[in-house]
Amino acid sequence: METAAVYLDHNATAPLRPEAAAAMRAALDVAGNPSSVHGHGRRARALVEDAREAVAALAGVPPAWVVFTGSGSEANALALTGPGDGPRLCTAVEHDSVLRWVAPDGHLPVDADGVLDRGALAGALAAAPAPGLLSLMRANNETGVLQPVAEAAAVARAAGWRVHCDAVQAPGRLVPFDMGSLGVDLMTLSAHKLGGPAGVGALIVADGLTLAPLVRGGGQERGRRAGTENLIGIAGFGAAARAVLDAGADEPVRLAALRDRLETGLRACCPGAVVHGADAARLPNTTCVGHPALGADIQLMRLDLAGVSVSAGAACSSGKVASSHVLQAMGLDAAAARRAIRLSVGWSTTDSDVDRLVALWGRTLAD
Amino acid sequence: MRTEPALGATVARPVLDDLGADVEPGRGRRAVVAMSGGVDSSVTAGVLADAGWEVVGLTMQLTDHGQATPGGRTCCAGQDIHDARRVADRLGVPHYVLDYEGAFRRDVMDRFADSYVRGETPVPCVLCNQTVKFRDLLGAARDLGADVLATGHYVRRRVGPDGAELWRGAEAGKDQSYFLFATTRDQLDRLRFPLGGLDKARTRALAARYGLAVADKAESQDICFVPGGDYARVVERLRPGALEPGDIVDTEGRVLGRHAGIIHYTVGQRRGLAIGGTAEPMYVLRLDPVRHRVVVGPKAALGRTVFTIRAVNWLGAGAAMPAEGVRVRVKIRNTFDPVPATVAPLADDRAAVTLDDPARGISPGQACVFYDDARVLGGGWIERDGHRAA
Repeated sequence: METAAVYLDHNATAPLRPEAAAAMRAALDVAGNPSSVHGHGRRARALVEDAREAVAALAGVPPAWVVFTGSGSEANALALTGPGDGPRLCTAVEHDSVLRWVAPDGHLPVDADGVLDRGALAGALAAAPAPGLLSLMRANNETGVLQPVAEAAAVARAAGWRVHCDAVQAPGRLVPFDMGSLGVDLMTLSAHKLGGPAGVGALIVADGLTLAPLVRGGGQERGRRAGTENLIGIAGFGAAARAVLDAGADEPVRLAALRDRLETGLRACCPGAVVHGADAARLPNTTCVGHPALGADIQLMRLDLAGVSVSAGAACSSGKVASSHVLQAMGLDAAAARRAIRLSVGWSTTDSDVDRLVALWGRTLAD
Repeated sequence: MRTEPALGATVARPVLDDLGADVEPGRGRRAVVAMSGGVDSSVTAGVLADAGWEVVGLTMQLTDHGQATPGGRTCCAGQDIHDARRVADRLGVPHYVLDYEGAFRRDVMDRFADSYVRGETPVPCVLCNQTVKFRDLLGAARDLGADVLATGHYVRRRVGPDGAELWRGAEAGKDQSYFLFATTRDQLDRLRFPLGGLDKARTRALAARYGLAVADKAESQDICFVPGGDYARVVERLRPGALEPGDIVDTEGRVLGRHAGIIHYTVGQRRGLAIGGTAEPMYVLRLDPVRHRVVVGPKAALGRTVFTIRAVNWLGAGAAMPAEGVRVRVKIRNTFDPVPATVAPLADDRAAVTLDDPARGISPGQACVFYDDARVLGGGWIERDGHRAA
């Protein structure tokens, strides 16, 4: 029997929201370069600024703080390198696009739930030769576990440090969501994590912070990111941000109900299933679950062959299912880490999607 | 996204008949194909899809191709994985990559290095077929609900009175049966080798017909983890310090010269012996891993008729090799014309091999594979001790 595909991988990429698709289609017909003085240019510029206002509203910041980039990874790179060459710290469970900019001895440990070890942070801050940059993710992409960003930022800033937050997984899932409550200097967002297109991200830069650009050339984005703006992508980003704002505080409640339905189902069909990070505060849409016997690679393939898309750990360019550095940082042995898959629901997910996953996963236990 | 229709649905059926691929109708059953990114396994996937199998392509990532990331984790696909994925796209079949780096390192590369250090000349392709391919990949195929695992090996499988039989590939120059001697009957039950009846030209013709970009891809003769054939460097990297220099001696123990490590030599080798002043050309007779000695002698001393083998796999009639022994033809290395011999079982899965006529270059660590004409009857690993006793 042919059944529709089920997509439970919103943390990798959320399906494009209809609002974003419509905005992008409209932008396709706008010919101008946003830097041009003529009418075409002004219309293009207006689309970029509309989107900037929407993203700023989502982040709870003034529009002037929003710097559009080509991806979340680029925004992270700009955040980590832009402030200068001082010492850098981050958690051991950050996304690779942050980890790569921080020397291994600056990767702060996490506890068994995946939460930053505050003592280790205090020690590292005290031991650093000079104030530098601390980077903390708002929520982990693999487990959904939240970091105590506001608390850690207060400690770091009191020691003279700048603080960056990779918040790509947070919008639409944590409401209210705003940069001010985190007390950070820099924050990364990504369009395709919230139902916009891939290929566009944003770094939110607090007033008064100067950043050395990665891409030099024209004066776009106030000199912080040269290159003609990705008009279509930015328009999609803005529309998706607006849709997230419109969904409001009800959406995380709906997502949590889906997630709970999912986890209740998994536990019912498999008492041996382990939800990693379940005891920590976490996103309402993410479940990282360990199978009692099967490796994540086999689970992924079986589910995919049945039309259900999930993932294991972070997506990897080779398609290979790599062992998760996140779960290993949480103290899981390599074998247990290799049995964990990630299920992430989102704006397009329904109860029947979740039920289908549970039924298929239960079948993998029977053989 | 695939832009063209799946070939399985559009290519005319006579392909199988006029080019002779050995494949039964799939009727919707699921087949896992081990896709390396080369032309052989790509065509294997094509003919199975063509024959109505639901093909799932799996590519094993065995080594990191030196593309380890600064963080020490590997997240990069080599060209071969890319090629396999593109072939699967073209055929319209799902494709996945399996991380077998750990198992490959442990079961193939480490054992390869240890074998050399023991003074043997290993055959890593057999170890790979025995472990990561027909143990792990076959297990993955079962976990995916596949009825069969197909590979692009040039061997044939037939079903006889005792079940599945292994036969040489139809084209002698391409036959890979030597590397599959350790395949068990249970494994053969679930394996398929659609290319066994083809020659390379026909395989390439099929690749071209299926529109596969790999149709003209060059074939590698190297061991996959020994690029350029410099195996000594690989052993040195895996077993640092194991390469002890030593003496080159004759059978009386007289020192004739020095060598840089026994791993540089194999039994029967003449070149690379830095010795002079002997009356006739000298050949490596054996390698002594304990005293780090290369023992040399004249060509006449190389001939052997009796040696023993271990870990014997029996694929002939009956559950085990007949106790009274069996007349066979044997290959003692891949590039060797089979010669007549008698094989008799010993305890502990060992066997004694007695050649009708002496053969040169019988190297411990190589496989001795038994044939009855084109059928593979099994084989085992040539042992050091039996060799010395001969």
